[in-house]
Amino acid sequence: MKIPYYPGCTLKSTAKHFENSAIESAKALGIEFVELPKWNCCGVVTPLAEDDIMHHVAPVRNLIRVLEMNKSGAVNDEKRLLTLCSMCFNTLKRSTLRIKEKVDDLDVLNDFMYKEEDYDGSVEVVHFLEILRENGFDEIKKQVKKSLENLKIAPYYGCMLLRPKDIGIDDAERPTIFNDLLTSLSAEPIEWRAKNKCCGSFLTLDNKEIVSRLGYDILTNAQKSGADLIVTSCPLCAFNLDNRQKIIKQKHPEFEEIPVLYFTQLMAIAFDLDKEVMGLDGNYINPVPLLESKGIL
Amino acid sequence: MMKSKENMVTVYIMGDAYNVPESSTIITAMEYSGFQLTTGVGCREGFCGACATIYREKGDYKLKGGLACQTVVTDGMTLAQIPFMPAEKPIYDLKELKPDINTIKELFPTIFRCVSCNTCTKACPQDIDVMDYIQALKKGNIAEAADISFDCIRCGLCALRCPAEIVQYNAATLARRLYGSYLAKKSPEVDESIEDIKAGKYDKELEELTKMDRKTLSEKYYARETKLR
Repeated sequence: MKIPYYPGCTLKSTAKHFENSAIESAKALGIEFVELPKWNCCGVVTPLAEDDIMHHVAPVRNLIRVLEMNKSGAVNDEKRLLTLCSMCFNTLKRSTLRIKEKVDDLDVLNDFMYKEEDYDGSVEVVHFLEILRENGFDEIKKQVKKSLENLKIAPYYGCMLLRPKDIGIDDAERPTIFNDLLTSLSAEPIEWRAKNKCCGSFLTLDNKEIVSRLGYDILTNAQKSGADLIVTSCPLCAFNLDNRQKIIKQKHPEFEEIPVLYFTQLMAIAFDLDKEVMGLDGNYINPVPLLESKGIL
Repeated sequence: MMKSKENMVTVYIMGDAYNVPESSTIITAMEYSGFQLTTGVGCREGFCGACATIYREKGDYKLKGGLACQTVVTDGMTLAQIPFMPAEKPIYDLKELKPDINTIKELFPTIFRCVSCNTCTKACPQDIDVMDYIQALKKGNIAEAADISFDCIRCGLCALRCPAEIVQYNAATLARRLYGSYLAKKSPEVDESIEDIKAGKYDKELEELTKMDRKTLSEKYYARETKLR
């Protein structure tokens, strides 16, 4: 299956290991990501003001690229746009829904972007996890070459995959999609309280204090619940939970660091793909000693 | 001798009507109408970028941009000349910079205000995909930005029209400087040539060239072109 793929800025910079591991794991499952030939920023934050149409220009422009790809034959009648970053997923999908709700806005947008082909509202934005679910977790099970049996994992959903309700890929309060994935990878997902608690999001730029406080709560809750490591799908959550452990350690010297991985890295490990694909040197807290001690690497 | 009326068009320079020959460019139309341009004009060949201007054509609501020396007037055109672009320009020492996204963030934070409206691309007289190189910089892809912006003549129309007040052309200049200094493939041939120049290998030829009269110079130049073909 060939599917149009929107990377987003972090997947090309700080989360390159997320992108590589996702592309290669997908390949193992027969799913080919076809990157949009041209793409711009997803828009990052969905405008909530009724009359703010300007900030839908960026997401819609990316959706138009999907139509172009269908026309050029880069993909074959595939109007779904695959995303990896939870934030991009949320922003892009919210624009598709806004246009469906307020059709008049689409006329304004198309008139404004007169150099592009008109957007017709037909693109559906999906997250890679949804494609994995649709493809069947049994298919993943078939690809597992290295058992993760001894690994206890805290699946961290954050907010962007789950909220608001009409965007979310799973139940906002009791999500299970990560659990299903982890089980199919032969790992053991743990049940824990902080799986959808806020990571502090953009406050990480100008209020590291709040972010490290929230991070400390999330990370220690995972540890108390028995987790060896945490998985996530959001580069911003990953940054706040992984890189901010430096500040947490300074504030709480007794704190023991815990690795935070992208779910696709775990897939790459279980599928026994190349070390380069796993990209374990991209994580701030080095997960290698843990994985070695568990006999996985 | 009276010029026939069919060859004249009416343009509105800063609001006032003037009759000018229909083959005029914006610059020659202004000069024909008695304006003396001392700034906002340069090479008159579409290369220097000094004469960026905005205009509107009859019956069209769109404010268009172009180079005044390259844009031919149309009947009913409303035009003006822009003498100077008061755009922000950060000062930096190229030797102290790293070719990464943090440099972009530090020197051009406005880039991250881009809403992808594409107004810059629509304004560019060089047909450069301006928004695409700004988006490339937003991703930290300096090589891509340098490549897309290569034909930029720094006329400033992109910055003039940008609702996010980004100074695209200065950011593009930085991208090309970073690319040239840090990212481009090194070519030993160039270094060798520089050494040759320093050692005076071409001094004699250069001296001969500078002393040549225009006719000889012209002949030699076109002979060279023929030889290349």
